[in-house]
Amino acid sequence: MATTETLDHAQEVSYLGAKKGIMSWLVTIDHKRIGVMYLASVLATFTLGGILALLVRAELWAPNITTEAGEAVGALFSADVYNRLFTLHGLVMVFLFIIPSVPAAFGNFVLPLMIGAKDVAFPRLNLASYYVYVIGTVMALYATIAGGVDTGWTFYTPYSASVSGPVVMMVMAAFVLGFSSIFTGLNFIVTIHKMRAPGMTWQRLPLFLWAIYATSIIQVMATPVLGITLCLLAMERAMGVGIFDPALGGDPVLFQHFFWFYSHPAVYIMILPGMGIMSELVTVHARKTIFGYRAIALSSIAIAVISFLVWGHHMFVSGQSVYAGMIFSFLTFLVAIPSAIKVLNWVATLYGGSIQLNAPMLWAMSFLILFTIGGLTGIFLGTLATDVHLHDTYFVVAHFHYVMVGGTVVAFFGALHHWWPKMFGRMYNEFWANISAVLFFIGFNVTFFPQFIMGSQGMPRRYYNYVEEFEVFHKISTSGTWLIGLSFIIMAVYLIQSLRKGEKVSANPWGARSLEWATQSPPIEHNFHEIPTVTEGPYDFPKAGGKKAH
Amino acid sequence: MSSIVKHHVAHHFYDGHQESSSAKLGMWLFLVTEVLLFSGLFVAYTVIKTLNPEMWAEASKTLDVTLGTVNTIVLITSSFTVALAVRAAQTNKNGEKNKQIVGLLVFTIACAAAFMVVKYFEYSHKFHVGTLPGPFYSYEGLEGANPHLFYGVYFLMTGLHGIHVLIGMGVLTWITIRAAKGHFYEDYYTPVELGGLYWHLVDLIWIYLFPLLYLV
Repeated sequence: MATTETLDHAQEVSYLGAKKGIMSWLVTIDHKRIGVMYLASVLATFTLGGILALLVRAELWAPNITTEAGEAVGALFSADVYNRLFTLHGLVMVFLFIIPSVPAAFGNFVLPLMIGAKDVAFPRLNLASYYVYVIGTVMALYATIAGGVDTGWTFYTPYSASVSGPVVMMVMAAFVLGFSSIFTGLNFIVTIHKMRAPGMTWQRLPLFLWAIYATSIIQVMATPVLGITLCLLAMERAMGVGIFDPALGGDPVLFQHFFWFYSHPAVYIMILPGMGIMSELVTVHARKTIFGYRAIALSSIAIAVISFLVWGHHMFVSGQSVYAGMIFSFLTFLVAIPSAIKVLNWVATLYGGSIQLNAPMLWAMSFLILFTIGGLTGIFLGTLATDVHLHDTYFVVAHFHYVMVGGTVVAFFGALHHWWPKMFGRMYNEFWANISAVLFFIGFNVTFFPQFIMGSQGMPRRYYNYVEEFEVFHKISTSGTWLIGLSFIIMAVYLIQSLRKGEKVSANPWGARSLEWATQSPPIEHNFHEIPTVTEGPYDFPKAGGKKAH
Repeated sequence: MSSIVKHHVAHHFYDGHQESSSAKLGMWLFLVTEVLLFSGLFVAYTVIKTLNPEMWAEASKTLDVTLGTVNTIVLITSSFTVALAVRAAQTNKNGEKNKQIVGLLVFTIACAAAFMVVKYFEYSHKFHVGTLPGPFYSYEGLEGANPHLFYGVYFLMTGLHGIHVLIGMGVLTWITIRAAKGHFYEDYYTPVELGGLYWHLVDLIWIYLFPLLYLV
């Protein structure tokens, strides 16, 4: 954009080398280091959640035969262990991985760089959010070791209020993790409002930041409701208050209302940052100005607003009134509009662009296809009549994974490849990165597409055992998970290799126009020598041709 | 006590104005999260009350309106004095109002303590007669199904509010100590202002709790 400082200075000491020793990391208030610590943490939790998923799918490889004595023959795990595995998979992936993944790792790293600031508004709060996250993670892992939880990640009452096991510890872990999420969101909102460099108007804000801004609003406004809900559940268990217990005059459906009032907006906490990443990837790696900047920016805000009004679509068969169901169904369809605006604008951006089929672009293309399938199958579930048939089946599981994995996780890895050279100053092996991205795309579809078919034929979700008719679909699905696992093993190898031996990169290897590429790679400790003055938009690429990569 | 200690703007801000306006926006967002935290309890209140209207009306009468009124007056007074403390900090030139700020804050903290003392008497009375949540309920003077639910909601709401009063006392004490050292003056009074905002919220929540629990 509007600074040439990197050309004037030789490579200087980066944030990675500015201070030495473990302590300099543990007490750092540098947003870049905190971002890197978050990145390492969420990659670790992703690995844990992934292993749990592999185990769940391995158990489902074949149906068990139950003997007359009630023993399951051919089972890898007992039913109790299986229930804990899928619960833990959900909890780890939702609370420990996806929610902090993009905002806390990449948001922390690039947000201040993108707006030309030296740091986020509250650096110490930022560090605190990381430690709160670590404490929450430790509590969740402790609950796992102390017997595990088998309520599903939704903690539905009355089961969660009555079952034995460390449910209170797990609930409190989620409560603590919520604080971390609130701190991050609050910090980002203030930073975007108050810390922008001169000339960085709202109209010049990179679309990733519009998405992060919308996400932060949801984090700040929805998470406290989850907090009080989980507190009430803990009180219910510890003291028998009875608010959710019909035997004591309470209302169990109230818990579902509370839970989904947070957890539906929470799925937009998960997907909106992924959408923001998409806007960066399709412009930078196609060398083209974004199509419909304002529409994409405002659609993020529209999604944030609508997200608060649709929670009831999780409860079509929970005994809420038909009238309420109709309204929630209608409001749910509204979400399709801003989502479709984004997808169509990304496709229009790619049209006529000089598309580089590199790793970030391959992940972006995967997102376009998988998210579209995930979004369209959501319409089936938002329709009252079809939902009665499809609810609580594998169709829901497949839909959810197409959006969350096919959307957010794919975008996360697109972002990882896009910003990797900026974060560490080195390039990864492009060939293996392409192999990994393609392998993931194939493996993902092999895993989850059969689940749509199974679900539409009535395979219930979360079941430990199933009838023989579904065996072939389950076998295909389980084989797909191995392809996904393989693609991540390949990725781990070439990324670790790149940290040590990767080719060093210039400040702006992709020829991008937003501010984070205007400082050296990896950036200096204070980001910029002088606060830059912004004179152009973030996607003002030269009209014809454009610069080549590298 | 009548001198000031200059505040240094943190390295990542351009100037003091950017710093204080950031802090203020952050505080308002935090207050939003606080309101939403309580909103869950207000919803629970509404649902349980709607499901059990008669029991609710009966149980509500067992609360002591006099003590509730006293506490309401005490909190509103403390909100007023904390606002005066903010004003004193804003107009504190060379530390001549340090004593005034400290005095007003100490009075505010004393009001908060008085509130907690009254609350203690109310709680201990309930423990004594057994108007308690869930399985601990043992009072026999109420008709209608599940009167324990009222006390469940009562203890959750006033308990969470009480925790906020205690946190507020801690925050105000910290601000008082800094004010005594002369940290706050006309160019820098952000902590006093933010502490005041938090205290107003604690007061405001009580202003809703009092009629909803004692008077309805």
